[in-house]
Amino acid sequence: MRYLVLLEAAQPDTPPPPDLMEAIAKLGEEAVGAGVLLDTAGLAPSAAGSRVRLAGGSLSVTDGPFAEAKEMISYALYEVRSKEEVVEWTSRFVRLHRDLWAGWEGDARILKVFGPEDFGPPA
Amino acid sequence: MVGSVAMTAADPPPYEHDHDAARHAVETVWRMESARLVAGIARLVRDVGVAEEIAQDALLIALERWPREGVPGNPGAWLMATAKHRAVDLLRRRTRYEDKLGELGRDLRARQEAEPDLDDALDDHIGDDMLRLVFTACHPVLSTEARVALTLRLLCGLTTEEIARAFLVPEPTVGQRVVRAKRTLAAKRVRFELPAPEELAARLASVLEVVYLVFNEGYSATAGDDWVRPSLCEEAMRLGRVLAGLVPDEPEAHGLVALMEIQASRIPARIGPSGEPILLLDQDRRRWDRLLVRHGLAALARAEALGGGPYTLQAAIAACHARAARAEDTDWERIAALYRVLAHVSPSPVVELNRAVAVGMAAGPAEGLRIADALAGERALASYPQLPAVRGDLLARLGRTEEARREFERAAALTRNERERAVFLARAAAC
Repeated sequence: MRYLVLLEAAQPDTPPPPDLMEAIAKLGEEAVGAGVLLDTAGLAPSAAGSRVRLAGGSLSVTDGPFAEAKEMISYALYEVRSKEEVVEWTSRFVRLHRDLWAGWEGDARILKVFGPEDFGPPA
Repeated sequence: MVGSVAMTAADPPPYEHDHDAARHAVETVWRMESARLVAGIARLVRDVGVAEEIAQDALLIALERWPREGVPGNPGAWLMATAKHRAVDLLRRRTRYEDKLGELGRDLRARQEAEPDLDDALDDHIGDDMLRLVFTACHPVLSTEARVALTLRLLCGLTTEEIARAFLVPEPTVGQRVVRAKRTLAAKRVRFELPAPEELAARLASVLEVVYLVFNEGYSATAGDDWVRPSLCEEAMRLGRVLAGLVPDEPEAHGLVALMEIQASRIPARIGPSGEPILLLDQDRRRWDRLLVRHGLAALARAEALGGGPYTLQAAIAACHARAARAEDTDWERIAALYRVLAHVSPSPVVELNRAVAVGMAAGPAEGLRIADALAGERALASYPQLPAVRGDLLARLGRTEEARREFERAAALTRNERERAVFLARAAAC
């Protein structure tokens, strides 16, 4: 089963410490080696993006940045056996932030991607 | 709940009131780490059976402690350190290992002195250890069934019960296979080591065969009521990716990953609303899993750049389908040509039968039927439902409906999959 992990946090004032980036790269390598990480990338601040909205029957396009307190920092797409497994990988990822970037706070949201297991044939 | 507690190493015991959650956490880490654990310990004790027992001991200790003390910051390293201590303990206690113990103890002590952090040393070897474990679990002295059972057990961390459920065999049968396999490895003195360079190709083929067998058991369940068991496909793909990472220069490891990923991309479109199989050309291609297609094509490119082989060729054939946005866009001539190469590299009646299908599409049913008819006496295909099914299809397209109907009925009588039988009977009825 597949899960999308979105990391959300306030936009930091400084770039992430190189040690953290190295540790994240190593963890990513490990997850690829374990055959579970299908895709991952960092996301640019919302200033680089846009929003297309449908409201009251009309479309509007708004360029970023957006006023939300938190930005989407990165995403990762896992294929694992269970939710517990993706929680464990994500915990390792977040733990690296705790250990290597003092004061950093944020949320990693884990979302299940619908898959064949959600549309099984009727019994 | 699990996530929030797993993240804070110094927190109080998190599972005091929730032993199920603790158990889940331990089992999850076990699943993720057991192969590395068994592999690392097997290098110390030189016996995968003993290594597995020790790893299981470490698991039991975790099950007892983690609910009380909290999940350690690095659970994998914790399990490895615990198992390593058990390994040394066990060897000390076993008098019949006395000589070996002296050797190993000295070796260990020497290394502990030379390298203050043995965990790091274990970590550095883990790639090779995993590879040794793969080659041992898939050793040619073992029967195919034994290799499959041992691989799922040692490399995927599945329980005997899960393996039994996946393969629709009684649990004691799987248990027996695992026990006997370990005994065979010990009796034949199979060493926990990498194959010699001159053996590598044959030994790798034995590994790839096991992985693809697991995949196929999930992809086209040979027996039972389900047409696909996606979780078994995922297990095989994961194993394939691990393997490709361990032997990145082997074209066929990437070729097999490509083949499995491209085939698996069709899973969402292979089952109709009432669970009936939908064949390739009738599938709604918009439902194919694009991410797996993309992954598979990338793996195929790597495999082809490295030189390819039979799995790579099969992946190239699957890729022809993946690249066709509509069934009628399929490049059947290229597929027929690839089957011709495949038949040359790795001749088999099944390949020839598939070539008959491709030629039947590229050059017309009469040409295809000629190839299929030449297979009529093949003993290997005597009870293979696809032979009459393919002949039935070609005959039907030639307007020879009476013969076609008989072939579909024969196919229905031969298949052990209920879903597939229904499809064949429907085709027979339509003739």
